Amino acid sequence: MLPLVALLLRAPWGSLGKLLSEDEVRTALRLSLECATAATVISLALGVPLAWVLARAKLPGLAFIRAVVTLPLVLPPVVGGIALLLALGRSGVVGRYLDQWFGVTLPFTTAGVIVAETFVAMPFLVVTVEGALRSADRDLEEAAVTLGASRLTVFARVTLPSIVPSLLAGSILCWARALGEFGATITFAGNFPGTTRTMPLEIYTQFQQDPPAAEALSLVLLFVAVLVLALLRDRWLRGPAAS
Amino acid sequence: MRRRIAMITALAAAAVSVAACSSSKSSSGSSASTGAGAGSGSAPQVSGTVTVFAAASLTEAFTTLAKQFEAAHPGVKVKLSFDASSALATQITQGAPVDVFASASAKNMAQVVGAGGASTSTNFAKNVMEVAVPPSNPAGVTGVNDLAKSGVKVALCQPQVPCGATAQKVFLNAKITVKPVTLEPDVKSTLAKVELDEVDAGMVYVTDVRAAGSKVKGITIDPSVNASTEYPIAALTKAANAAGAQAFTAYVLSDAGQAVLTADGFEKP
Repeated sequence: MLPLVALLLRAPWGSLGKLLSEDEVRTALRLSLECATAATVISLALGVPLAWVLARAKLPGLAFIRAVVTLPLVLPPVVGGIALLLALGRSGVVGRYLDQWFGVTLPFTTAGVIVAETFVAMPFLVVTVEGALRSADRDLEEAAVTLGASRLTVFARVTLPSIVPSLLAGSILCWARALGEFGATITFAGNFPGTTRTMPLEIYTQFQQDPPAAEALSLVLLFVAVLVLALLRDRWLRGPAAS
Repeated sequence: MRRRIAMITALAAAAVSVAACSSSKSSSGSSASTGAGAGSGSAPQVSGTVTVFAAASLTEAFTTLAKQFEAAHPGVKVKLSFDASSALATQITQGAPVDVFASASAKNMAQVVGAGGASTSTNFAKNVMEVAVPPSNPAGVTGVNDLAKSGVKVALCQPQVPCGATAQKVFLNAKITVKPVTLEPDVKSTLAKVELDEVDAGMVYVTDVRAAGSKVKGITIDPSVNASTEYPIAALTKAANAAGAQAFTAYVLSDAGQAVLTADGFEKP
């Protein structure tokens, strides 16, 4: 509790308004929101099918896949950033072909930020949704199948609606984690205003030249974090418990 | 509501314990106890641990200097921390337990002196810039002017870091505008991006190119446009090991210390 109280007490609240009107800060904030949202959308697109496979499929080596998927949860983000560079960097294992064949290089681009954030944040969504899928009522799905629904229809009309609360909770967790991403981003995507300098990087950069500004900007992310917790507790996490 | 508060408290408690784990446990060396070390010249007996914060560009030179200092003072341990001078200056003014600060610019030393962290400082070295490119030189860079070309990916240090400020001076002298793809937190990060072949060129110090060996290629900057930065060193006023701080600072300024710096490519101040 103490560090947060200290931040609230010591942060220069007065300069917050002026800081938030600065172009560089607004750009960083906008970039953060856009990248975190994009990372969440990608995580939903890739993570929900993945969670379904982990929860329902009977494949050999599933435990191994699950371990790999959840690894970024416990991996230091800077290690993730280095791994991403070695994989997707300009001379990386895969990145070299992206560059040669398509002329695409991810490091130092906004797309690189989104990749780094997705890498770090997606497991939060996958783990949450997988848990919900495991505890979902299978009887309903089987009933739907006996009534002639295809597997896709069952998933879209029966399974998905039943896990909406977890889907929302997982998305918010994923979004919040992506918003706060620092280590993998600065390592893989670099630090440049407008393209890759998100709020955490902006705060880190400011701290080296103007610590009070960094303190004030930290308040913004603290506020977002508290908001996320409040949303999670009040709305969606209670949903499944009440039903 | 109670449950929410309980949860937030638990999270905060976890945060505190994490912070406690990561805070450095630097031992505060006793300053004037009996040491068996051979004192250098007129300096008082040195013992315990000397904690030194040094600019990232000093990594190789200060690692050598620390080893030599330890050899000259048996039982004394030198703890080194390398980072951007600006980051180190902030840490010192925030109360980091440090005995000696070696900065890559007068500006960051002035920050520490201004905050009462040190009373005086002495320049001990000078460094000039060089363009570092990957060994294959993918963009065919032949001089600093090529960095202004579009399509050449350039890594620079952030402008508040000495290597970033000095690079800007070079661009100003050469009358070119360089649009980098990334602004790195310190010179070694900039060098790493070049070593990894992720950028076509990086602005670093001549000493960094030399230290990187065959991992990068150096493109010399014409002396007429090149810029330099001075390195000041200071024993800090709040040094827990004041005698050690004085002795290490004296060693860096001594002929033996200067020889190490010259061998690594630094110029005399």
